[in-house]
This record gives sequence, structure tokens and C-alpha cells, in this order.
Amino acid sequence: MKIGVLALQGDFAEHITMLKRIGVETAEVRLPKHLDGLDGLIMPGGESTTFGKLAVAYGLIEPIQQFGKSHAIWGTCAGAIFLSKDIGRDQPLLGLMDIKVQRNAFGRQVDSFETDLEIDELMKVTGTEHPYHAVFIRAPIIESVYGNARVLSALEDGRIVAAQEGHLLATSFHPELTDDTRFHEYFISLAS
Amino acid sequence: MESKTGTWTEKKGLAQMLKGGVIMDVVNAEQAKIAEDAGACAVMALERVPADIRADGGVARMSDPDMILKIIDAVSIPVMAKCRIGHFVEAQILESIGVDYIDESEVLTPADEEHHILKHNFKVPFVCGCRNIGEALRRIGEGAAMIRTKGEAGTGDVVEAVRHARSVIGSIKHLQVMDDEELMTFAKNNGAPYELVKEVKTLGRMPVVNFAAGGVATPADAALMMQLGVDGVFVGSGIFKSGDPAKRAAAIVKSVTHYQDASILAEVSKNLGEAMVGRNAAHMPESEKLAVRGW
Repeated sequence: MKIGVLALQGDFAEHITMLKRIGVETAEVRLPKHLDGLDGLIMPGGESTTFGKLAVAYGLIEPIQQFGKSHAIWGTCAGAIFLSKDIGRDQPLLGLMDIKVQRNAFGRQVDSFETDLEIDELMKVTGTEHPYHAVFIRAPIIESVYGNARVLSALEDGRIVAAQEGHLLATSFHPELTDDTRFHEYFISLAS
Repeated sequence: MESKTGTWTEKKGLAQMLKGGVIMDVVNAEQAKIAEDAGACAVMALERVPADIRADGGVARMSDPDMILKIIDAVSIPVMAKCRIGHFVEAQILESIGVDYIDESEVLTPADEEHHILKHNFKVPFVCGCRNIGEALRRIGEGAAMIRTKGEAGTGDVVEAVRHARSVIGSIKHLQVMDDEELMTFAKNNGAPYELVKEVKTLGRMPVVNFAAGGVATPADAALMMQLGVDGVFVGSGIFKSGDPAKRAAAIVKSVTHYQDASILAEVSKNLGEAMVGRNAAHMPESEKLAVRGW
């Protein structure tokens, strides 16, 4: 099992650290050739506009779209934005997932927050019972899911913060900033 | 489910999202848009870039909140703004208007020549400059959630940025081979909080994200700082004091992502037009250096 992490910008090193902790081989992806031999791809937190700019400049959009047809991809925060089909503004996207995302949906940095989430599927797959502690940073929300995408987790007020479509996964929070490896284990189960 | 805001994880976390990126100084909404379109991961809103602050002299203060708000409205990426060292009321004002990060900066004229802001008192995160590990860990002790090596702002000369980055990263390496018995003396000699010295030894890196700043003017400069081991780069005067800001900005963004790929660095370094007019920083009189501000 070898998982690539998109390393154009953002907290890709934190994802690599988490993957190593659960014994997964990793690679940094900056150019299309770096996708060769990977079993899955994580797109980290960072700035989605920066990802878009660099992905276009180095011809990554189409190769990642192709990769996503047969391999697992997980986007966290900016990565989730990049994975989506619609964000209501003009910037380069992969358009792989049937989700509509709103950027910076909770406000500015002083509004960034941590909270516990009950994510039934995650607990089932990892055989655990305690809630998942999620870190949101200038976070997007998933406004709506359609097509084959479905809600994985929502806040108490109903706003969607995690979604899945087959082997594609989007979270508006940052599992890589915690000590809890369950989300990475869940992703590996999709990539296997 | 209880939500918490303004936590240490949140403050440090935003800086982690900026890693591998370029933070650009901008003085108005148009420049902010150019920076965002070029791929900047954040902008620093200020009235005058450091090169102009140097040239103009006088007292340099926090920027007009209205000007910062216009920049906040113009872009979707995080917006930082500077307050004077020790000027906690400027910081309160910047927090209240919603800036995402405050730079307690030596580029502005210090308001307090003995004390920095107690940054733990704020919900908004702070970045501070440093020349060495002692200064970095004192700032983190006061609550800075991100560090940048100071370099010498407004010169276009990378020599001081290299000096400060080598000093900080060299000290981290030095700590790795020290016995635990030596740490208290290291803390004493460097004026660094003992608990943070211990943490750096355990982690093998800074406890917060560490960018380079002060004198980066070319894609090669930016990649040099990345190869020396920083997490990202601030570019101040280097972009909007150059001949073709949009092109240079995009080239520096690419150079930070592909900092280990010399062929890409060569490609992005082509035909960028005039770099900013430099000023030799190594032989500048101490009285003119901004980096000496900080206690």
C-alpha cells in the first residue's frame, strides 16, 4: 500500500506523518509522473487557489481526474474544495465529487473551532466508540451532496462536514492535525 | 457537542496550512488580487512595503483599518497585518476587524523597547520575527503560533535571511546531539524558556511553523531558504518593487513548491524583468538594521 500526498502547498507533511504512523508507504506528488504506482491520493489542507494555480501550471488536473476514476482520493479542507464539482466561484477544480462546497463558510480565523463529531461509519469500520475530535480552520462546508455522493458527517445544526462517493472522500476538517489516526485508517480501507 | 475557538491547535494549525507557500506584502486591493492570482497562500496588508518604510523614515505604524478591510474583501485567502512590537492596542484593533494573523513586526517602529505583546491573551494567532533560537522560543513563550526568521526587510539582499535561518536550524540540530544535562545551560545562554528548549530537542524541529523573511527577491532566493529547511517564505518588497510583479510572484510560488528541482527553478527564473533594486545588508550600519529590533 502506497499513498501519495499532493505536495503543491499546505500541510502535506502532517498527512505523511499520520500515514507512517499506521505503517503506510508514502510519496509526495508535485508532478503527474509522481502518481505512478500509487494506490491512493490525499490532498491536504492549504489554500485551494494555490493548489489550482500550480495544478494547472504543471498539468496535474487531467492526470488526477484519471487517477480518481479507479483509485481512492481524499481531500481535507482545501483538498475537499479541490475535489468538488461546484464552489460557486471561478477557480480551477478537479470536479470529481458530486458535492457543492462553500469556502470559508464559518468566517475568519477567530471563528475557527474544534468540536467532537459522531461519525457512525468511521466508528464501525475502526471498531471504536469514542467521538471524533475535529479541527476546523477557516473551514469550508459541504452545502449539498447529490448524484452518488452521500453525507458521512454533519454538525448538530445539519451543516455537512464530511461526504463520500464510492472511493472518494471529502472532509472540511483536518484529521492530520490530531493524534487520532482513525480517519486515515478509514481512507486506507477505501484504497484497499 | 461543545465548540472551542482560539485554541493553540487552531492558532498553530492555520500556519500549518500556509506551509510550502508564499506570503506576499500588498499595499492595496489590486496588489492583493495580483498576489492571489499568482498563487500566494496569504497576503500581508500594509501601507508601505519595507523598502519604502526605509526610504521614507519617520514612525511606521499599524495600517489604516479601512485599507486592511478593503484587502480582506478583495481576496479569499488569509489576510495578515502588522502591529508594532509591544503595541497590544494595535493588536486588539487588528483582531477586532478580523485579520487572520497578526505580525508583531520589527519592520514597524517599536512601541515598547523592552517587552513584546503577551500573545496568549488573544484569540487571533501571531507571527513574530527572530534571528536565533533564543529569540524564536521567547516569542513562542509569549504565544506566537508561527515564527519567521527576520532577515533584513526592504533590502532585496538574502544574506541576513540566510544567516538567521542557519542560526535557528543549526541550533535545532545542535540540540539533537546534546545530553539532557546540557539543556538548562543552553536555555540560560540563549535566553530561551527551558520547557521549549526541551520540546525542540524532543521534536527535532520548532514547535511551530517557521518561515523565512527579509530579503527574498528571486525564485532562487526562495528555493535557497526552502532547501535550508524553512517551511515557507514571506516576500515583502521583492515582488511589487520589481519590474513585473505578477510574473515574479507566480515564479516565486512555483519555486517554493519545486524548490528541489533545479530544472524547474531554471525555467521559472527566465525573463522575469528587473528585480528590485537591492541594498547590501551585510555591511549596513547596525543603526539602520530593522532586525535588531526585538528583545
